[in-house]
Amino acid sequence: MRKVAIYGKGGIGKSTTTQNTVAGLVEMGKNVMVVGCDPKADSTRLLLGGLAQKTVLDTLREEGEDVELDDVVKRGYGQVRCVESGGPEPGVGCAGRGIITSINLLEQLGAWDEKFETEYTFYDVLGDVVCGGFAMPIRDGKAEEIYIVVSGEMMAMYAANNICKGIKKYAQAGTVRLGGLICNSRKVENEREMIEQLAKQIGTQMIHFVPRDNMVQQAEINRKTVIEFAPEHTQANEYRALAKAIDSNEMFVIPEPLEIEELEKLLIDYGIAN
Amino acid sequence: MVKKKDITKGLPDPSPLMDEILAKYPTKIAKKRKKGMVINDPSEEQEIQANIRTIPGIITQRGCTYAGCKGVVLGPTRDIINLVHGPIGCSFYAWLTRRNQTRPAEGEDNFMMYAFSTDMQDENIVFGGEAKLKDAIREAMEIFNPKAIGIFSTCPVGLIGDDVHAVAREMKAETGINIFGFSCEGYRGVSQSAGHHIANNQVFKNVVGLNDRDRKGKFQINLLGEYNIGGDAFELERLFEEAGIELLSTFSGNSTIKSMEYSHTADLNLVMCHRSINYIAEMMETKYGIPWFKVNFISAEGTAKSLRKVAEFFDDAELTAKVEEIIAREMAKVEAVKAAVKPKTEGKLAMMFVGGSRAHHYQDLFNELGVTTVSAGYEFAHRDDYEGRHVIPDIKIDADSRNIEEITVTKDEELFRDDLVAKKEAAVAKGMEFSDYVGMMPEMKKNSLVIDDVNHWETEKLIEFYKPDMFCAGIKEKYVVQKLGVPLKQLHSYDYGGPYAGFEGAINFYNEMERMLGTDIWKMVDAPWKSEPEIVGSFAFNG
Repeated sequence: MRKVAIYGKGGIGKSTTTQNTVAGLVEMGKNVMVVGCDPKADSTRLLLGGLAQKTVLDTLREEGEDVELDDVVKRGYGQVRCVESGGPEPGVGCAGRGIITSINLLEQLGAWDEKFETEYTFYDVLGDVVCGGFAMPIRDGKAEEIYIVVSGEMMAMYAANNICKGIKKYAQAGTVRLGGLICNSRKVENEREMIEQLAKQIGTQMIHFVPRDNMVQQAEINRKTVIEFAPEHTQANEYRALAKAIDSNEMFVIPEPLEIEELEKLLIDYGIAN
Repeated sequence: MVKKKDITKGLPDPSPLMDEILAKYPTKIAKKRKKGMVINDPSEEQEIQANIRTIPGIITQRGCTYAGCKGVVLGPTRDIINLVHGPIGCSFYAWLTRRNQTRPAEGEDNFMMYAFSTDMQDENIVFGGEAKLKDAIREAMEIFNPKAIGIFSTCPVGLIGDDVHAVAREMKAETGINIFGFSCEGYRGVSQSAGHHIANNQVFKNVVGLNDRDRKGKFQINLLGEYNIGGDAFELERLFEEAGIELLSTFSGNSTIKSMEYSHTADLNLVMCHRSINYIAEMMETKYGIPWFKVNFISAEGTAKSLRKVAEFFDDAELTAKVEEIIAREMAKVEAVKAAVKPKTEGKLAMMFVGGSRAHHYQDLFNELGVTTVSAGYEFAHRDDYEGRHVIPDIKIDADSRNIEEITVTKDEELFRDDLVAKKEAAVAKGMEFSDYVGMMPEMKKNSLVIDDVNHWETEKLIEFYKPDMFCAGIKEKYVVQKLGVPLKQLHSYDYGGPYAGFEGAINFYNEMERMLGTDIWKMVDAPWKSEPEIVGSFAFNG
């Protein structure tokens, strides 16, 4: 089983990219499970056709110890198994601890039993690696390959670089590796070249450049992935290409994050200066 | 038999011991530890490093901030519900481990036999524990109907950001009783000392001055930093009562929240444990004009001296006569026991590593028995407890100290006692000293080894070097020290004994020392085959 985690700056399009990629893998006939690691619990909305999922932590809170796997795992588009970890309201408690509790519970309940023949698990993780809890998917080999969603905007690249620091820390002691950067285009000038260069300097690859297209919004408003909503559209082919690239990816590295000066220079050379 | 050091011509130079201890540490750590060790010379101003972070990996004696706040300062107060917001272990292990006793009047609240906890679970960590805290307060109200509830924050509370102060405000409005919180998460300071400071601040802000009480006697005092371990406070209360001194409140042995509320109507504050309570003494003087001085009721001489000091302050012939009468009567009893015990204890050696005052106070008791303290140190004291309060302006305020709130106290125009200020001035003119503590080091012998935040490695080396007859510390040290053949007296909890304060306490301590110093039992802990050869046999082979 391949265990994949998607990180990236808040609002960059992690959940959208993850779900569309998963839809692409499903089309290829892959058996996939998605674990949303965001307290907002909106990582599986497009696969499930709405926010219909009861989260692991809510279930645990209501049912006590007596939780069944079926209570928290729902089948979505193409039989994808969807789980939302859930978490507290903004500003209270500890969402990081929630993710730890939730993933441990899923393991205890046998969510990855052989009978499911899971080929891929995707962890969709909130924002930056803010604390130990949010690093849970990359600790202890829960996720082994990481893809970072990024755009040509400075703060997105800055966040991507920071996430690389987190990966590097855990990679040295474990099995986790960086699989590549996914550029989710914001139509910044020279974006493709800049992200390719960033990837090269970090020691990885830009695994795919996803162009900006309004179809993504349209599909989203209809609670569907592009692949399901408009299978003939060119944007659907972009996600299929991304899915294929991930499926055939063989480049897994321990990233070398950039110093802030190097990152700024990159922006000046490719972005602001032009 | 172990060969004793000859100390008749003064204590041996402990430099070789210090070198041996430090040689084992990595360079950087040796440098740091060296600053926490002083070969004492009372004729000189010496600086010791104290109240700094313990080096990770060293087996320290220290406790945490929460322990200092909940366990030490507020634990002994009986009519407040001390509600711990956290996992159950924090509540259980801070529950009366110091054997604080209390004596409620008929029908009066006493919650000390209960351990109150919100018993936080994983779910409360993830979703926040405020709702459970509120429920716990409501439940406590329903069952016990207390006058006050204190909420103590354990480590996870600070990590997940539960706002105990907001909950306290809300629940205070809902229940109508006094409810206040303490941000005393265990990791807030370098030791329990931070917890004392936090407790002082909150008690001063939320309790002191809430109620007035009409004067009940000519001489009204508070006793600060006395925790009624093994019944110490009962003995002191007996003496005050007989002398005609009205003890308003003790912070916090055998105390009530109610008495703390009117403690600001006192004429004088006596400070026992300087480290844990000097903050309140200072704040009460600033706000109400109540002067304070340091006392020590541990040892008969110390008790007599402290009582005389109180009489001197009030400058009343009747009180002075009464105090002298008590001292004469009690000292006769003390002397009789001392005469019987001292020949058996004289010349013995002790060392003590405990607390922020106890390692100093108990030296007086040992002196009375002719026992020399060869080495001593505190767990969590600051430089002023070692060197004297005059060094306070020179103490470097580091980031760890800044982490603790400093509250600004101003003069209460209505309640401020100008008469007490005048009384203090008159007493100062006669040579009395106020707001002062000379510290441990000036009162220790030349060449005694003073060590701050001692650890197990150092303890073993100290025992090897001095071969002491008595070691005073706490439960964490007790069994290790005893296995090294030295009896250990716990000064946090008095083991199963006490009281040791006042005159009766001194007698108890003399008897206890006669018992403990008179036995060789701890020298017999080695297995016999370690000192004598095993039985040897031989084969007889008949071929």
